[in-house]
Amino acid sequence: MKELVIVSGKGGCGKTSITAGLSILSKDHVIVDCDVDAPNLHMILNPSEKEKIEFFSGFCAKINSEKCISCGMCRDVCRFDAVEITDEIYTIDEFACEGCGLCEFICKSDAIEMFEPKRGDWFVSDIKNGKMIHARLGIGAENSGRLVHLIKNRARVIAKNEDKDLVIIDGPPGIGCPVIASISGADLVLIVTEPTVSGISDMKRVYDLIQSFKIPSVVVINKADLNPEMTKRIEEFANEKGIKIFGRISYDESITKAMVSGRSILKASQKTREEVEKIFDNVIESI
Amino acid sequence: MIITIASGKGGTGKTTVASNLFATISDRSMLLDCDVEEPNSKLFLDIPLLNKTVVSTEIPKVDQTKCTLCRKCSDFCRYNAIITLADSVKVYSELCHSCGGWIVCPENAISTTEKKIGEISFFGDEKKRLIQGKIEIGVVLTPALISKVKDYIDDEIINIIDAPPGTSCPVVETVTGSDFVVLVTEPTPFGLHDLKLSIDLLREMEISFAVVINRAGIGNDDVKNHCVGENIPVLAEIPNDLRIAKVYSSGKLILNELPEYKDLFSNLFERIVGLV
Repeated sequence: MKELVIVSGKGGCGKTSITAGLSILSKDHVIVDCDVDAPNLHMILNPSEKEKIEFFSGFCAKINSEKCISCGMCRDVCRFDAVEITDEIYTIDEFACEGCGLCEFICKSDAIEMFEPKRGDWFVSDIKNGKMIHARLGIGAENSGRLVHLIKNRARVIAKNEDKDLVIIDGPPGIGCPVIASISGADLVLIVTEPTVSGISDMKRVYDLIQSFKIPSVVVINKADLNPEMTKRIEEFANEKGIKIFGRISYDESITKAMVSGRSILKASQKTREEVEKIFDNVIESI
Repeated sequence: MIITIASGKGGTGKTTVASNLFATISDRSMLLDCDVEEPNSKLFLDIPLLNKTVVSTEIPKVDQTKCTLCRKCSDFCRYNAIITLADSVKVYSELCHSCGGWIVCPENAISTTEKKIGEISFFGDEKKRLIQGKIEIGVVLTPALISKVKDYIDDEIINIIDAPPGTSCPVVETVTGSDFVVLVTEPTPFGLHDLKLSIDLLREMEISFAVVINRAGIGNDDVKNHCVGENIPVLAEIPNDLRIAKVYSSGKLILNELPEYKDLFSNLFERIVGLV
């Protein structure tokens, strides 16, 4: 079983559209949407939900106002500014609380309790040619990295039990904890970039992150003909680092139009379809 | 005044709006790039670097000679950043949230040491000021660095903040304290889906906001209709113009290259001020 992760650093480079295209072209596989913060893949792959699991993670403090003597010790030790006072009543700002429990430790009147809040839900679903694991992190919630770990592990178990050769993972933007959780253990990371100054800068940062985990990576250039000079810069960077370019997708508004009507990138135009098929062939050959 | 430019979906034009809005009113404002994982505002602005500062956080350091292996620290740590082994205590700095929990040690065996989490760069000339946070590769304390960037907010002027995408903890840290948030979206199903998540977040945080639609014309009217139905002002629509995409790709400002859009950004600013 092999794991392919698609990332981009910069959002909006076409990660999800390309991932959906690769999924549709694949034989029986498991696909995971690790962009748990703003998931979109389900809007193209239309999974039918088979199982829903609640996600509880991390901790959050709660102050019992009847026991609280307003000594202010909790507020003094909290490094996340999560203790608020309104009309002399101490409360916890749940958005700011990181659940470390130092306030509970320091409180002399036993007024603080830690609880494990629900942070979201995740789903195991069927798609036409396999299984899809996807999630929805609660609004403003933390522990996205842990949720990513959880859904990836489930995908691995399913792939092993059902003898599927490929796990495809749609990663989140950025280089933070959910991205680190997404790429850990991958066999290949596909970086989708675009020929813009931002696209290039973000590609380099996510490449450095992937390198620090010693995972092989390749590049796909989306909107490749938008700015030939910037495309050249991407190619030079790839050359210099010895990164293979697995494909180029031409700028074509019919890709967005396909998405608007709920169709995949493969239905955008014949040319686009061929470009995605080439990426798919390269992936299958190398993985 | 603090105006934050945010979006649920990445790549909808946050940085485009932030940098062009800033350039419109740079005599009265400062730009803070809080998208510390992928800071890009500077790429669009020609402002010299003045100086840089390293941002560190405290992480625990255990004096093994004083440590009695009582496990109080490792039992306390909810992030598994400190683990008691058979003969010593080990700190995993990449997991540490710098909560200060080392005070639980009854032997006074834990002191602290600094760990670099990122850098803040200060750019400026007579006319413009930009402050940019950049997280170290592999460091997950994004909110901690964002908070440090926000320490430089100047209450005397207008602060424009370029936010990270999404709706999770880095975004919460960024938008906290904002007087107004501009949500940049695109008129597509992905754009609308993620816009709704941002709306939920800002309503829960009780922060006022409005919407800017970028690449208007590429998709459908669902975003606009949703805003009308929810009573959310649409402050501007930036048309789907290939020239804009090309100007953006080279790291230039729309304002300078396509002057016909100047009014769009000055009107946007006027409308924001009208709502704050």
